[in-house]
Amino acid sequence: MIQSLALARTSEATRESARTPARPSAAPDRPKMRAEALRAHFGKTEVLKGITLPVESTTVTAIIGPSGCGKSTFIRCLNRMHEVVSGARVAGKVLLDLQDIYAPDVDPVRVRRRVGMVFQKPNPFPTMTIRENVLAGLKLNGLRPKDTEELVERALRQVALWDEVKDVLSRSGTSLSGGQQQRLCIARSLALEPEVLLMDEPCSALDPIATARVEELIHELRERYTIVIVTHNMQQAARVADFTAFFYLGELVEYDRTDVIFTRPSEKKTEDYITGRFG
Amino acid sequence: MALLGAEVNAGDVLFRGVAALFAITIVLVLGAMAIQMWVAARPSIAHSGWRFIVGRDWDPVRDSFGALPFIYGTLVSSLLALGIAVPISLGVAVFLTELAPPWLRSPVSFLVELLAAVPSVIYGLWGIFALAPFLRNHLEPFLGKTLGFLPLFQGPHQGFGMLAGGIILAIMITPTISSVSREVLRAVPDSLREGALALGSTRWEALRHTILPYARSGIVGAIILGLGRALGETMAITMVIGNRTDISVSLFAPGYTMASVIANEFTEATGDVYLGALAEIGLLLFAVTLILNVVARLLVWRVGRAPEGARG
Repeated sequence: MIQSLALARTSEATRESARTPARPSAAPDRPKMRAEALRAHFGKTEVLKGITLPVESTTVTAIIGPSGCGKSTFIRCLNRMHEVVSGARVAGKVLLDLQDIYAPDVDPVRVRRRVGMVFQKPNPFPTMTIRENVLAGLKLNGLRPKDTEELVERALRQVALWDEVKDVLSRSGTSLSGGQQQRLCIARSLALEPEVLLMDEPCSALDPIATARVEELIHELRERYTIVIVTHNMQQAARVADFTAFFYLGELVEYDRTDVIFTRPSEKKTEDYITGRFG
Repeated sequence: MALLGAEVNAGDVLFRGVAALFAITIVLVLGAMAIQMWVAARPSIAHSGWRFIVGRDWDPVRDSFGALPFIYGTLVSSLLALGIAVPISLGVAVFLTELAPPWLRSPVSFLVELLAAVPSVIYGLWGIFALAPFLRNHLEPFLGKTLGFLPLFQGPHQGFGMLAGGIILAIMITPTISSVSREVLRAVPDSLREGALALGSTRWEALRHTILPYARSGIVGAIILGLGRALGETMAITMVIGNRTDISVSLFAPGYTMASVIANEFTEATGDVYLGALAEIGLLLFAVTLILNVVARLLVWRVGRAPEGARG
């Protein structure tokens, strides 16, 4: 199953990159994901107040906004992780390839397999070795691929971690530095060959050098994956994202190409935020 | 100003002294008990030597003291109790931390912990009037019919015996194991849970491959605390185990435990050697439970400290 997904996605990716060489100048014909009137609650508090937002295929979409604006909640809704917390509810639609992931017959486990997630704080499994961490997604799903060594190497090379850890693969995942741990977590997600990768402030716990490496990585992954990244760092959004959405108090204020958002925003609120007048 | 400082200091010194005194008292009491039992046991140690631990014959009239049946009874009934209580307790702990809706968590944990508050003589009475007849008339015939090819389930159905003892102990240690395991599972960081779920695992897969391995040493600690309680339990098990100085493979047969023999025979023990023999049993039991509890504490501590640093 993994294999066939991989095949489907690669061919799509090549088609895409043939048509749009470096940077998608305009929105491709159909978005990979799309939130429609998405509302999210924690208990009685409404955290997202009806968000409608596309996520274009094989691009990087950044979600920016001040603390508490619902940006993390939003991406947690994209792979049904929001509902994991008790008291959390979601209403509205999220389409993945035109299929609503909140439809009653959809298994959240399947959604999460296709839409991977990287968290704010690196969370490698401490009871597993580096190798086992990379393979964790497969193991957790009961898959036993034959060429595990190759798979581990490929996933770790994708995140540029292979050369650093190839001799210590059987050490604990938590023995690495913070930046390495985060790249390990990204490798762990990539090993499952997701179609979309959600990143919830993936650099907030990292130093500037590690941050630069992760950003470089996002740049490379964009070729093959659809990425949504939440960041409180506007420079980061400007550096890595093709599209940027600005959230404020649970509402989508503005969504456009990143260069437009950062040079000619149409909303006063957006301009105030990116020029540092609040937030 | 110097006077003021001195006064504050005096109060502090007094406070520290009193607190330290109370703390030391515990250590002294523990030490005194160990020494007292050792002294009381000396006649028996001199009389029986190693035969005390390996001998099977317990006949105070002929001054023959072999404590093996009691050691056997204590170990078997406690292990049987663990075999029953561990799966149940883990199920309770996992349900309460991972699966139950929040409104159900507190009432259920409260009820489980209430089990620990029931006096053990009540369990004993329940064992005599409800459990033993049930075992004799229903469970033991059933086990004999279905699993009777095993030596464990052969022999007459008496109700009172090792099986009844094990079941009573299991009920009594379930609160201990489940509440400690629940705390241990609660200490597992949410980020691990979410990490596993975000990789597309089911709750069960996340539990089995990430949460339980992380909590493993703490759960082992919980089990050992339960075992410690089972080893030392006296009243309830004395009322249902049958109290016969015998070593029988069958769980239907009556047995005896170390704690029970001390409670039953102490008042009628005459002579230094007889008293010493009971004290020596006490000393053995004391040592075993103490060691088990220390091990359990160490294991629980290990999981409490987050293994952030290098491991493996």
